[in-house]
Amino acid sequence: MITQYIFYFFAALLIIAAGMVVTVRNPVHAALFLVLAFFSTSAVWLMLEAEFLAIVLILVYVGAVMVLFLFVVMMLDINLVPMREGFARFLPVGIIIALLMAIAMGSVFTAIYFNGAHLDVVTPTATDVNNSRELGKLLFTEYLYPFEIAGAILLVAIVAAISLTLRTGRSKKTQDPSAQVSVKRADRVRMVKMKSEKKSG
Amino acid sequence: MLPQIQLVIPELVLLCLASIALVLDTYSTSKNKVLTFRFVQISLLIVIALIFVVSPDTQEYAFNNHFISDPMSVVLKLVICIISLVVFFYSYEYLKEHENVKGEYFVLGLFAVLGMMIMSSAASLLTIYLGLELLSLSLYSMIAMHKDSLTASEAAMKYFVLGALASGMLLYGISMLYGVTGVLDLQGISSFANAGVDADMNIMLVFGLVFIVVGIAFKLGAVPFHMWVPDIYEGSPTAVTLFISTAPKIAAFAMTIRLLSDGLQDLLSDWQGMLIILSLLSMAVGNIIAISQTNIKRMLAYSTIAHVGFFLLGIISGTASGYAGSMFYIIVYAIMSMGSFGMIIFLGKKGYEADQLDDFKGLAKRSPWYAFIMLILMFSMAGIPPLIGFWAKWFVIKEVVAMGYVWLAAVAVVFSVIGAFYYLRIIKLMYFDEPDEMLAIKASRELRLVLSVNGMVILILGFIPGALMALCLSALS
Repeated sequence: MITQYIFYFFAALLIIAAGMVVTVRNPVHAALFLVLAFFSTSAVWLMLEAEFLAIVLILVYVGAVMVLFLFVVMMLDINLVPMREGFARFLPVGIIIALLMAIAMGSVFTAIYFNGAHLDVVTPTATDVNNSRELGKLLFTEYLYPFEIAGAILLVAIVAAISLTLRTGRSKKTQDPSAQVSVKRADRVRMVKMKSEKKSG
Repeated sequence: MLPQIQLVIPELVLLCLASIALVLDTYSTSKNKVLTFRFVQISLLIVIALIFVVSPDTQEYAFNNHFISDPMSVVLKLVICIISLVVFFYSYEYLKEHENVKGEYFVLGLFAVLGMMIMSSAASLLTIYLGLELLSLSLYSMIAMHKDSLTASEAAMKYFVLGALASGMLLYGISMLYGVTGVLDLQGISSFANAGVDADMNIMLVFGLVFIVVGIAFKLGAVPFHMWVPDIYEGSPTAVTLFISTAPKIAAFAMTIRLLSDGLQDLLSDWQGMLIILSLLSMAVGNIIAISQTNIKRMLAYSTIAHVGFFLLGIISGTASGYAGSMFYIIVYAIMSMGSFGMIIFLGKKGYEADQLDDFKGLAKRSPWYAFIMLILMFSMAGIPPLIGFWAKWFVIKEVVAMGYVWLAAVAVVFSVIGAFYYLRIIKLMYFDEPDEMLAIKASRELRLVLSVNGMVILILGFIPGALMALCLSALS
């Protein structure tokens, strides 16, 4: 019974947070609400006994991705006012399309399939089942091929990110320590022969 | 021991070679990156040879039904590798001329080829999606790599955002299918749909199908999901446009067949109607808007949209011979598109893209032979016999008529006639107009040779369409 209340609490929190992400004006607040949404999702997953995924969601998304996201949002300091221009102008069309979509999708979802008859009730697994071990087993046996492809995608992402951001040539403002160390006196000091001059006055 | 790992050897070797190329590139000190480029060319040749050696003639699965090797995947992989080989050559000539050769360009190109090969022999929803992402990510960064060009950056951004949206649509459809059937492999989905499902289940399958069709249409660039095509074709450097418009189209064909035929053939009556709308709109919008274009890259983009409309006709027929017709069409289109963009590269020079229609003015006086090649390309695109483009249209229209959609065939022919106008206009510009200035064409001997061969292939295939068609038929039987 108590678990049901916990579930409803986090589910409600998730929906509210997700709604706030798209409605609040301040992008920093939106990012923070997204963190809250991730957090409540991970709580729901924890109740579904997917503890590994729940922890990964917190560690990877909240810990790394969202922090990076916040940095970018704060550093770019985007002025949202020009982006909101035309909002009122396109609102009627948007509402009509959204309503049509909602009706079409709603008629599919509410009518038949999701009345519960097709849905399985989650049964608790034995306590000695290790979630991360089971996932690892699946990843390296049944899903080995997709797993390897995902690795290749990450490699492409790294190559692309580096080749897009690496600047060489004049715009690069880095020091070259080996060149600095191996500098000789002759490179820096130029001896100039001059005739001695008479002191004036 | 891993089951059937020998089937995946071409992909594995390509992955290794691409990684080696990445390392090798740091040792390639010359400005033109000759070492990287040659290595990439050799890699593709090795992969082509491996596909010949290891591929079985029968249908075989590997990696728990995530991977399939069948005649279709073998033919498609071969075509993708051969076309990429030529495309990389054209791209290299372009980048060399514009003094913008980067080793990563070819490395990412190899990864894109890997993505296309994965898509060609995908047997589960997961593999299709991952292959598509591998291909798309490589393409986005290949465009964005031209950092100094504002239009290229804009094109990359648009492509990235719209591509992500399309992937989202596709994923949503995939999640629906998975939710209903409970399996990820296409074989399982097919047998689930085949076993006869009640109305509740069926409506959920169709619901997922809608999103999958939208995703496919986005990737193919069919109307009304075509908005990205003209901007990206025009904005990207010609070298990348050339790549986007050729081999990935073949991979998109593979994705269409895998999802709609291998997975959801039982929902034929549902997706047929959707594809008819997409096809009609694509033929209409593509052919009519192309008429008013003055930029040839943009014109070819609308021509692509129109060709996608024709290509879908074969899929609509829903039979193996119809799919073979579509396969024939998309391969022929890739060869023609390769030649056309090759001509733009051929006419361009450092700091100047020959992407306006006026650049083709009086080409017959400047260079009669290459004007003739362009004439072949344009006649073939317009579908004038006896060139190969005619046979491509002929096969798909024949299939549609055989399925009883005579009105659809009639509409297709009408739009094909409308489309002939803008192809013929280029020929008029080349042969009947005076050139603005009699500049000598500066292109390397290799580029001249490859372009000539490309044109001749279209001419010769036009006389022996049966051979390629037999190959396509055997691939899909």
